[in-house]
Amino acid sequence: MTLTDTEISSTGMRLNLGPQHPSTHGVLRLLVELDGEVIHSCRPMIGYLHRGLEKMFEARPYRQTIPFTDRLDYLASLNCNLAISQAIERLGGVEVPERAQYIRVLLCELNRIASHLVFLGTFASDLGATTVFLYSFREREKVIDLLEAMTGARLTYNYIRPGGVPEDLPEGFAEGVRAFLDEFPRALDENDRLLTGNGIFRARLEGVGVISPEMAIAHGASGPVIRGSGVPYDIRRIAPYEVYDRMEFHVPAFAEGDCLARYRVRIEEMRQSARIITQCLREMPEGEIMTKMPKIFKPPVGEAYSRTESPRGELSVMMVSDGTPNPARVHVRAPSFVHLSLLPALLPGTKIADVVAILGSFDTVLGEVDR
Amino acid sequence: MSVQTSQPARTAPGGQLVLGLILTLVLVGLVSALAYLPWYLLAPATKFIAAHPVLNAFLDALVVCAFIAAQCLFLIWLERKFAGWLQARLGPMHVGWKGTFQTVADAVKLLLKEDIIPTHADRPLFVIAPYLVFVPTVLAFMVLPFSLSWVGYDFGLSALFALSISTVAAMGILAAGWGSNNKYSLLGGVRAVAQLLSYEIPMVLVVLAVVMLADTLSLTQIVQRQAGLWNIAAQPLLMAPAFLIYFACSLAEVNRAPFDLPEAESELVGGFHTEYSGMRFAFFFLAEFANNFFSAGLAVVLFFGGWLGPGLPAPVWFTLKVLLLIGLMMWVRWTLPRLRIDQMMGFCWKLLVPLALALLCATALWLVKG
Repeated sequence: MTLTDTEISSTGMRLNLGPQHPSTHGVLRLLVELDGEVIHSCRPMIGYLHRGLEKMFEARPYRQTIPFTDRLDYLASLNCNLAISQAIERLGGVEVPERAQYIRVLLCELNRIASHLVFLGTFASDLGATTVFLYSFREREKVIDLLEAMTGARLTYNYIRPGGVPEDLPEGFAEGVRAFLDEFPRALDENDRLLTGNGIFRARLEGVGVISPEMAIAHGASGPVIRGSGVPYDIRRIAPYEVYDRMEFHVPAFAEGDCLARYRVRIEEMRQSARIITQCLREMPEGEIMTKMPKIFKPPVGEAYSRTESPRGELSVMMVSDGTPNPARVHVRAPSFVHLSLLPALLPGTKIADVVAILGSFDTVLGEVDR
Repeated sequence: MSVQTSQPARTAPGGQLVLGLILTLVLVGLVSALAYLPWYLLAPATKFIAAHPVLNAFLDALVVCAFIAAQCLFLIWLERKFAGWLQARLGPMHVGWKGTFQTVADAVKLLLKEDIIPTHADRPLFVIAPYLVFVPTVLAFMVLPFSLSWVGYDFGLSALFALSISTVAAMGILAAGWGSNNKYSLLGGVRAVAQLLSYEIPMVLVVLAVVMLADTLSLTQIVQRQAGLWNIAAQPLLMAPAFLIYFACSLAEVNRAPFDLPEAESELVGGFHTEYSGMRFAFFFLAEFANNFFSAGLAVVLFFGGWLGPGLPAPVWFTLKVLLLIGLMMWVRWTLPRLRIDQMMGFCWKLLVPLALALLCATALWLVKG
């Protein structure tokens, strides 16, 4: 063989990021074509965590679907409980007592803080600042302790049920929450100062993964992703559910559309959640916490749609009843799934390190993507 | 049912600090006492060794290797404790007092592990790579002066030798990256070579400035020239920025955050050593921590008066200064996020290289005028 015979191959490298990779946050596989460090194309491959949850919903009486929703978005399972409970209540025309609604909002916002703290820690550690992970999990631990006192579980709460909530606030819960809220803003500011002002952190995020408002709307983005593009789209504000219409809170939106904007939206949202929780504790009325529902719950034929704002975005449940004890069809609109569709449009032209930053800024949970 | 909130572990920071200080003093005292032992009794043996150059060189290398292994075990423990302290947790606690022997247990585990070579690896390259990384570090240690007499091999060009021999490690890392036949390893290897070669340039320029001031390339003589005042105090306008540039470069040279791109865990899984396990992996680890010690040691020699200091024996002073610098490196590592590859290269070529060049020119001008 002479030198002219050999042809130096200069095609790009095809790399599978995942399904086992430290930064895909679960079992996501990204098939990326690389030219050196630069990404040419990206295809998200999903399905590694598929359990057929929607089909399993259909094979059970309405109330037995709740534990499965814990496994959707496992970082904010109370928000998933709420979405499906609302759909069931709307199907059957069940009214929820006012106190239960306040408790639901309180729990969901606590869960939102816990979920965003996981985001803060994993996002920072994806970027190489491992210490923030420990700091934010220390704070999250306090929230989890509170939720454990309330629900008995630390991750899969299974607590918001059709008709209300099963138990009232335990003794000393309100004081515990207030004590947490007294310390929390300071701890959050500490992490915020450590990261947001850091030159390297900003350099890694500013102008990276810019999503224009038009693009965000066209892809159906929601939650912190669309608010990071400057669109103040928040289900709690535009289509209030439970008692969110009585709450005073600000919907943070940053026009930059880059990873830093999405990060800042979540930091600000934690502060707003703390505000909502304070209001809940102050205004919560006494009274019933559960509406009595028949043992065998058979809603009339029809369909219901429930929209909620989960920490990841717009989490909706579509439910169809055919008059039997089991739902005829259930569909979950998962925000993480929708956000993954942005990756093939965003990633080409960026570097490998940016994949981690962009994917991290979406705060994807694979349990929700694959269902 | 009542609410349980987690209480932070009760610690008395003041008490721990005092205890730590006392322990440090005791340790320093013990090590210092070593210097006053009747070493002259060994004179016949040392004479015999000195008469046989091959034996002499062999023993020198053995001592250096043993020292590297020992300091590596200690530094890994220290790093984990330090990280624990920064991250509001305890760090290793179970093996030995405060986890002192954790790293020993880890080393034993690594020794016992199965030696895995991936099927499609480039076998010779894969096998030789860890040694290509480790041996240059050992060689560099040979010229690092712990005191006037505690130096493996002292000769006139030791500064040049130290800088040039440590560059060889880049070859070993590339060999590891290529030989593993793993895409993450390859990316890590390529990153490492780009990084190590780039940061070598401002580093050499800064060392040149010190060499010009000292008018010698011998590390021991550079220290001796600082007998009056350490370099960083004698020429603060020139040497303080020089030290900062050197410090940034040395972080990059030893692959530590914010320049840990070649082994960026969240991006490249394990970087160039993804496929390595057991003792081969341990050699990369040894080399990394030995490099750490070496670059901090070189900084002490160049800017902080090497072994010079009042009261304590010279090697103790040297080690204390090195440990302080290593502590600084650890602090940086556990605080900062990682740079992206283009930012890392830009930082070197657009900022450090021009600055180092300007510094070199300023030093030259000062020498001519002054």
